[in-house]
Amino acid sequence: MEKINGTGVSPGIAIVKAFVIKKAEVAVSGILLKGENEVIANVAAFNNAIEVAVNELEVIKLSLAGTDFEILETQIELISDPQIAEDVIEKIQSERKTANDAVIEVIANVVEVFESMDDEYMRARTADIKDIGSRILKHLNNTKTNTARFKPDSIIIADDLSPSDTITMDIKHVNGFATRTGSKTSHAAIIAKAKGIPAVVGCGDSLSTIQNDDVIILDGTSGLLYIDPAEETINEFRLKSEIQKQQSEKLKALKNRPAITTDGKKVMLSANISGAADMDDVHENGGEGIGLFRTELLFMDRTSFPTEDEQFKFYKQAALQSKGKPVIVRTIDIGGDKQLPYFNIPAELNPFLGYRAIRICLDQTDLFITQLKAILRAGVFGDLLIMFPMISNIQEVRAAKNILEKAKEELLAENIPFKANMKVGIMIEIPSAAVTADILAKEVDFFSIGTNDLCQYTLAVDRMNEKITHLYDPFNPGVLRLINNILEQGRKHHIHVGMCGEMAGDPLAALLLLGMGLEEFSMSASSIPTIKNTIINHSEADAKQVYRAVMTMDSSDEITAYLKAQFV
Amino acid sequence: MITKEYTITSPQGLHARPATALIRLVKNFISVISIQKGEKITRLNSMINLLSMTIKGGETITIIIEGEDEINAAEALGLFFAEQLKEL
Repeated sequence: MEKINGTGVSPGIAIVKAFVIKKAEVAVSGILLKGENEVIANVAAFNNAIEVAVNELEVIKLSLAGTDFEILETQIELISDPQIAEDVIEKIQSERKTANDAVIEVIANVVEVFESMDDEYMRARTADIKDIGSRILKHLNNTKTNTARFKPDSIIIADDLSPSDTITMDIKHVNGFATRTGSKTSHAAIIAKAKGIPAVVGCGDSLSTIQNDDVIILDGTSGLLYIDPAEETINEFRLKSEIQKQQSEKLKALKNRPAITTDGKKVMLSANISGAADMDDVHENGGEGIGLFRTELLFMDRTSFPTEDEQFKFYKQAALQSKGKPVIVRTIDIGGDKQLPYFNIPAELNPFLGYRAIRICLDQTDLFITQLKAILRAGVFGDLLIMFPMISNIQEVRAAKNILEKAKEELLAENIPFKANMKVGIMIEIPSAAVTADILAKEVDFFSIGTNDLCQYTLAVDRMNEKITHLYDPFNPGVLRLINNILEQGRKHHIHVGMCGEMAGDPLAALLLLGMGLEEFSMSASSIPTIKNTIINHSEADAKQVYRAVMTMDSSDEITAYLKAQFV
Repeated sequence: MITKEYTITSPQGLHARPATALIRLVKNFISVISIQKGEKITRLNSMINLLSMTIKGGETITIIIEGEDEINAAEALGLFFAEQLKEL
């Protein structure tokens, strides 16, 4: 048994025979044209080849839809590119090269340009360029179509796969791809991922040892290929494959399914992130937005405050990758347990009750304005919302909003584009804010309930103190009443209320919160499928029943026991 | 001649799909239309030349339009960069 290591680009396991695709090599003839007649004939032959190739693609296009259709549109534009035509005709006319040689050389030049780009996506486009090259040559030399009829239900082994290769294949009967070259953004990788076919690219020259009908195990997750594996290895991977299939089908089935209860109530399931890097995970798990974008990561591990431009880039990245989904950006929440090496907060007896978050921002307004300007600027690139943490009274909200207006004025004066009507919300995590939600609702567009701090402040329990962890309990009736009040006031004043604390991702709390009327649950991306599963398998009517029952109970023991019983 | 600056709003920049759409849009006009990024400038009739510029999301480019129908062309391109590009 031989093992080949490549880059896994599309997860899943395939265990079948190999089908090897070999491409006919094209060669430069070296012939020089004699006389003007030959030159004219070669130019005409080239123009004709382009015309026939475009017509052929137009015909194939008619039978396609979606991604395949778009790929062909691009191919048509590339094949009829005036720059290629100009270069080829120039070579025929002034260098007296045959149309065949001119096309090979021009395509080779373009490939070289794309290969040297510092952009992985563009480098991967060399496969498309080579593809149009061989298409032109095919028509120029009138060679029969060389798309070998591959055996269905096999793993395709190839140098690389071009759009015309994958379009002419019946993808449903391809069990896997392995290519010698290629990267995460090459055509084969994109198609494999879009169609859910396990694939490994960039396997290198050892791939050439594989012959037709060799039995192959292809693991698209780890990027490994096993050639002629032992019986026990096959069995081991069969089992692994079965488990993976079941899990991914369960999650996949949920990914694009909206979180709607059996009686039609829709809720929004969002994710908490710390940077643009977390965004893939959010999309993967079907997150509908970002309920909390923590900005502290940008401030950690450095020796000075990030500049407005550095911050702008950081937020912009997240905005660009959010695919138009709303992103709630929380202004910096330092202090408490989060200290910065370059920002000295004198030791405090009660740091959680001390100089932190919005309190620092309203005191050191330069720092605050810099962040607000960066967020406003990034708002041009996506649906960003702004959120202030640790609000305890309405003066703080007004002061923060005044500074936000000042930030806008500065940007206006500097003639820098920004999003002027960005929505503003606050975290409700201090009991006074929870109790006065009706007052605060008048000043903001949305609330987000931060259950971690709300719980700690309401119950006077230090989250870090191990001796009293049993008291830290979001199901304490006191905490639940506060949450209920926030939701009620939000409804009354027509503002959106979400929750971004750990409770939002707790399956035990999901029905209760749904019954209370929570509209947005924001949690770590990986928790979304589990919570969605709970939402879609229950009705809002049941959830309201649960909520009413819970509100009559007098202890968290009783409440948690009751909630657990709902899942039997 | 009309010259206008635009910011690329699609996260992946002008990759194959939006580049195709842009080249096709430009074909509808008789005006000579070019795109400039930094020092580089190219006519918007060649996919190869457009892709070679590797225009990324968030970057700023300039569109230069000259010809009889430049006003209509500018309007269509404005719509493309401001609205349609985000969905491509």
